[in-house]
Amino acid sequence: MKRVALVGMPNTGKSTLFNRLTGASARTGNWPGVTVELASARVLAGRHMVELVDLPGLYDLHGFSDDERVVRHFLEAAPVDALVVVLNASQLDRQLALALQVKALGLPTLVLLNMADEARRHGIRIDEAGLAAGLGLPVAALSAKLGTGQAEAVRRLASLLDAAGPARDAALREALAEDHRRESAVESLLARHVHVPPRLSDTASDRLDRVVLHPWLGLPIFFLAMLAIFQAVFLLGSPLQDGVEALFEGVRKSALEPLLAPLPDFTRGILLDGVWAGMGTVAAFVPLIVVFFFFLAAVEDSGYLSRAAFLTDSLMARLGLDGRAFVMLLMGFGCNVPALMGTRVMRDRPMRLLSMLTIPLSLCSARLQVFVFIAAAIFRPAVAPWVLFGLYVTSFLAVIVTALAFKGRFASREPFVIELPPWRAPTLRLVALRGWLEVKHFLRRATTFIFVGVVAVWLLTHLPSGAAPAGPGTIAGWIGSALQPVLGPLGIDERLAVALLFGFVAKEVVIGAFAVIYGLEGDALAGELARSMDWVAATSFMIFTLVYTPCLSAIATLRTESRSAGFTALAIAWPLGLAWAASFAFYQGMRAMGL
Amino acid sequence: MNDLRPLSELNPGDHGVIAAVHAPEELGKRLTALGFSTGRPLALVRRALLRGPLHVRLGTTDVALRMAEAAGIQVRLAAPVPA
Repeated sequence: MKRVALVGMPNTGKSTLFNRLTGASARTGNWPGVTVELASARVLAGRHMVELVDLPGLYDLHGFSDDERVVRHFLEAAPVDALVVVLNASQLDRQLALALQVKALGLPTLVLLNMADEARRHGIRIDEAGLAAGLGLPVAALSAKLGTGQAEAVRRLASLLDAAGPARDAALREALAEDHRRESAVESLLARHVHVPPRLSDTASDRLDRVVLHPWLGLPIFFLAMLAIFQAVFLLGSPLQDGVEALFEGVRKSALEPLLAPLPDFTRGILLDGVWAGMGTVAAFVPLIVVFFFFLAAVEDSGYLSRAAFLTDSLMARLGLDGRAFVMLLMGFGCNVPALMGTRVMRDRPMRLLSMLTIPLSLCSARLQVFVFIAAAIFRPAVAPWVLFGLYVTSFLAVIVTALAFKGRFASREPFVIELPPWRAPTLRLVALRGWLEVKHFLRRATTFIFVGVVAVWLLTHLPSGAAPAGPGTIAGWIGSALQPVLGPLGIDERLAVALLFGFVAKEVVIGAFAVIYGLEGDALAGELARSMDWVAATSFMIFTLVYTPCLSAIATLRTESRSAGFTALAIAWPLGLAWAASFAFYQGMRAMGL
Repeated sequence: MNDLRPLSELNPGDHGVIAAVHAPEELGKRLTALGFSTGRPLALVRRALLRGPLHVRLGTTDVALRMAEAAGIQVRLAAPVPA
């Protein structure tokens, strides 16, 4: 089998081409010498079975961004039989240099001019044969988005591999000194073989930009667009999520409960409330992730994401973040898990980690359910909406405080110089593929972790056997009492502490936990809550619930996305500390004022 | 009239030719890769609010960059086109 790596600048449609060539068969995996996962897949080129590897986008083979290092380390560590350089046909003026850089590595190389359809529309004419002769490399034009020219490109790759000997040991270091000579070579190749009209015509893309990037209208339009997407994700996602939950509940009621009835209580409990509930928790995220990435891929592919970075940069730069982080934070108000996964669009690791530290502080829809219930139980109907509004403000404040506290530690090294690609219509096929791959990723990575967590909390609240579930006699009850010196000053009693332990699994479980702990449901539970705590204690509890540790699924995602146990520990410990400080300040402050 | 000015001080609609790029090595490489090199024509398309980033057009590529990065790029302004 031959190994072929795909190289190209960002926004050249390299990944689109990869997906087009490989379909849904791609898998991500680890490679020697590099710390990030790379997608690879097998494709047939003529008589060769080829393992095609999609390398991260890079501007400069000799550059020093994280992605540029990854590409170099990969090429040094993993033997490659040939390289495919993907260039944007309408931007050859600046991209051709990369082809020469790659050529200097001495490996068999095929040059693909992608987005040939777009270039033609711009009036750019490319003499492919002349360019190939000038470069000394085979050249093929294609459109990965439309699929035109794909067969010819694969044929060229096959004949390249036919001719390729076991060339290895690329003179990578030698190539470093050649940047200067390369520049003049680009100039002369461009002058001879590429004709670009002196001024590009006013395109539809420009006209759209005049509205979307308008100095005054740009931000309001962006907020409206995000709001619409946010609504759409949950309008589509929530019923699907409810459906999945109903399905799990139905199977449990109609099949599992009768089936498991002969088993002892303890075994039945761990199977139904531990294992089956754990599977339900994982499954309930699937529709949300699919819908979220469906929209995120559309926003990303259309070119709006870079424009969002442009629009919000002056605000976000003060927090050490950029506009892409803003989009993810906003999405975090729906559900933290896909928002955390979405930070992958940020290529700079420190900034990505900083975003991942702030996203779990967004008041997600699961927490909203808890707050709606408590606020309705404790506050008058006229006041309750203002309490919810106050919690949203608290959430924003927690994000700002966290970003300011850690922006020094996770200082972005990357200069803010980004390309604004022309607007493009996203294709349904690629957007759907993205949703599917993300779900696969989530299921493979998060399942075990979430599963173990759900079972562990079930055991804590049911051991030793014989004790009333979640009562003072269980391990959870002991933990609740043991934590009293810490949580007491926040107005959180033993029973509420056990509910927080449940909330660790998933925040919306807190209400269900109340039902178990107090042995009451619905209005009776609301009445008991109102009797057992005043508004100061209730608000303190809500502030703590808002900020304290991310839910189990969010932690599993933090761990797999950051690939760092230390960072995950920080992402658990910091919100806990912040939650304690905020609740303490609120509760003791109110009490000091005699409330 | 051949007016030399840093990119960060251009007005939207101004266009000219890059006269010099002053940047530390890493930023310099990124700028070069995106098309900022001496002699290339360039136009300032728009500015974001609150001294935010600049939207610059270099040939067929549109780029957004912050004021700090733009300050090191010297532009020789083209003579204003007679109306």
